[in-house]
Amino acid sequence: MRRFFILTVMFLLLAGNAFAIDGRAIMEKSEAAFYYPGRDFKARMVMKLVSAGGQERLRELTMLRKNYGHPGGPQKYFIYFFRPADVKDMTFMVYKYPDRDSDRWLYVPAINMVRRIAAQDKRSSFVGSDFSYEDVSGRNVGDDNHVLLREEKLGGRDCYLVKSTPKKTDVEYGWKLSWIDKASFLPLKEEYHDRRGEIYKVFTADEIKTVKGFPTITKRTMKNIQSGHRTEVAFEKADYNIGVPDSLFSERFLKQPPKRWIE
Amino acid sequence: MDRIRFFFAPAIAALLFFSGAGGRAFALDFPPKGVELNGFLQGNYSLDTARRNPDGGSFKLAEERVQLKLDADKDPFRVFLKGDFFHDWIDSRKFDSELREGYAEYTSGKWDARLGRQIITWGVGDLIFINDVFPKDYAAFFSGRPLEYLKKGVDGVKFGIYPGFASFEVVAIPFFTPNVYPSPQKFWMFDPMPQIAGRPKEEPATSLRNTEAALRAYREVAGFDTSVYFYRGFFRQPSAIPDNPLAPSRLDLIFPRLSVYGASAQGRAFFDGVLSLEAGYYDSRDDESGTNPFIPNSQTRFLIGYQRQLGEDLTASVQYYAEYMHNYSRYVSTLPAGLPKARRLYELTSLRLTQLLRHQTLRLSWFMFYSPSEGDFMLNPEVKYSFTDNIWAALGANVFGGGHEYTQFGQFGRDDNTYVQMRYEF
Repeated sequence: MRRFFILTVMFLLLAGNAFAIDGRAIMEKSEAAFYYPGRDFKARMVMKLVSAGGQERLRELTMLRKNYGHPGGPQKYFIYFFRPADVKDMTFMVYKYPDRDSDRWLYVPAINMVRRIAAQDKRSSFVGSDFSYEDVSGRNVGDDNHVLLREEKLGGRDCYLVKSTPKKTDVEYGWKLSWIDKASFLPLKEEYHDRRGEIYKVFTADEIKTVKGFPTITKRTMKNIQSGHRTEVAFEKADYNIGVPDSLFSERFLKQPPKRWIE
Repeated sequence: MDRIRFFFAPAIAALLFFSGAGGRAFALDFPPKGVELNGFLQGNYSLDTARRNPDGGSFKLAEERVQLKLDADKDPFRVFLKGDFFHDWIDSRKFDSELREGYAEYTSGKWDARLGRQIITWGVGDLIFINDVFPKDYAAFFSGRPLEYLKKGVDGVKFGIYPGFASFEVVAIPFFTPNVYPSPQKFWMFDPMPQIAGRPKEEPATSLRNTEAALRAYREVAGFDTSVYFYRGFFRQPSAIPDNPLAPSRLDLIFPRLSVYGASAQGRAFFDGVLSLEAGYYDSRDDESGTNPFIPNSQTRFLIGYQRQLGEDLTASVQYYAEYMHNYSRYVSTLPAGLPKARRLYELTSLRLTQLLRHQTLRLSWFMFYSPSEGDFMLNPEVKYSFTDNIWAALGANVFGGGHEYTQFGQFGRDDNTYVQMRYEF
């Protein structure tokens, strides 16, 4: 009898391990849903940078992304700026690798020059916004320890609440809480806490639309709670699997971005 | 003027073609589809802070400027015009204009062509140029204009060829454009023969024989962006040739023939920084033997640079550059007495620090040239702030010193200036 009880408990424990999803698996699925859907992706987006005092600045750009391999694998990004006027026609290219820092190139139209730029700091701000480079192109799932805290509803949707703690101290936050939608695996909300435990930045997915079968966050906000500065991003157009050619990610097209790909 | 007309003609013809294709809507819907009009209004002033100019003025620069950029696109053709209209308060004291760029372009799958006035920038140096043999405006650079005015367009044709295993740029320049140097009215500069006033300048005539040719081939090799370069043309800095070396009455300013063979590589190295390497052999074809002291000897030039991010929005870069003069002993033995003697090895270092603040709207930058071989330097601190998405202003200074009265930066010891750039972009 006693032996039977132990076997039952062991079976239940094993079953629990086999069927429950853990924090890391959730974040891997979320990475695939958020940063890797489709073979390629194109979005025309407007970023609105709003200061605590209400002053607004606009960044309008087209971003093209192409995957090379599985979710979590290498990607290439091509970004063309429409606005503001002093960066119009600038292009920016990123080769992202899972196991090392990205390579980045910038094209400066006024002097017709393409330059590599040093890019150790993935946490630095993307074009002055509240989004970091990592927020734009994704953070390596293996860089954090992920713990599933609980399941709870957020805005009527069933979510996993995952705490992600960076393994190294080279980031500016202490940990991150993510509410991951159980259905789409997109993050509906993220809270960044500083090392003292105070909330520092909050990400919210404000609108989700399904584009070619892929649930896509078409409006999002990153707000810095401590400074009051926030950045709102709206996708004006978004599309997947449009056949972005490998040749786009080259010096030639950084200098002469083809209209059909950037508009 | 003729060459402007020459290059304008195809551009204007193409523009008419586009606006015709734009159709009836042109008058109602301006600019028509496929045509973009942008530009800026700019005020740019540079005040002497060490001493008045040689001509008694106290500004290196004071001008207002409008730039208009017209970009018309109808696949596979494109026309781009960038023209400046300005009023200068110092030199001409009148309104003037300059065609900064103006070209027509054709793009195909594996190649493209660009005809007209265009800016070409080659090489990996930061304000140090080895294989970028294209014209520069050093007067603009030393007197506090925005950096893009350091580069001048070339009048020629450029083909891009992209067969896959590598990419190629082939440039032919039938119309010679010299560099622009600071004027002796505004800059205190070293002049070895100040008593000689007659200085006729002779630019290479436009001919098939004098057409400059430049080639760049580039591809990625082991994670590095690598290029090889070739140039056959002329020095853009004139050489002053005395009519009679013993008792000169006239200096003929000529542009000696030059060929350059070079290579560069840029990639990630050492703690995820960016490493830049560049070298070039300057073949001075009018003084191969090195026996004419008035024409530069052949040289080998090389550069190593390293850029790294030190913190959030803080970037540092350093460069070491050297020029090695070939046939140095012949240069020394033929150099007339009384002229300053160049060193066999000229060395230059640079340091750039850039910090962005306030959501990248405030930029603090520090740039410094220091020559270990000459002991002279140039400092350029600058603060730039974007008040809105359309309005920015920069305040900076150029400070020169050290070395001797005949060294590159030492000669400008009395030319320190503080400048303001203000721009409204639309």
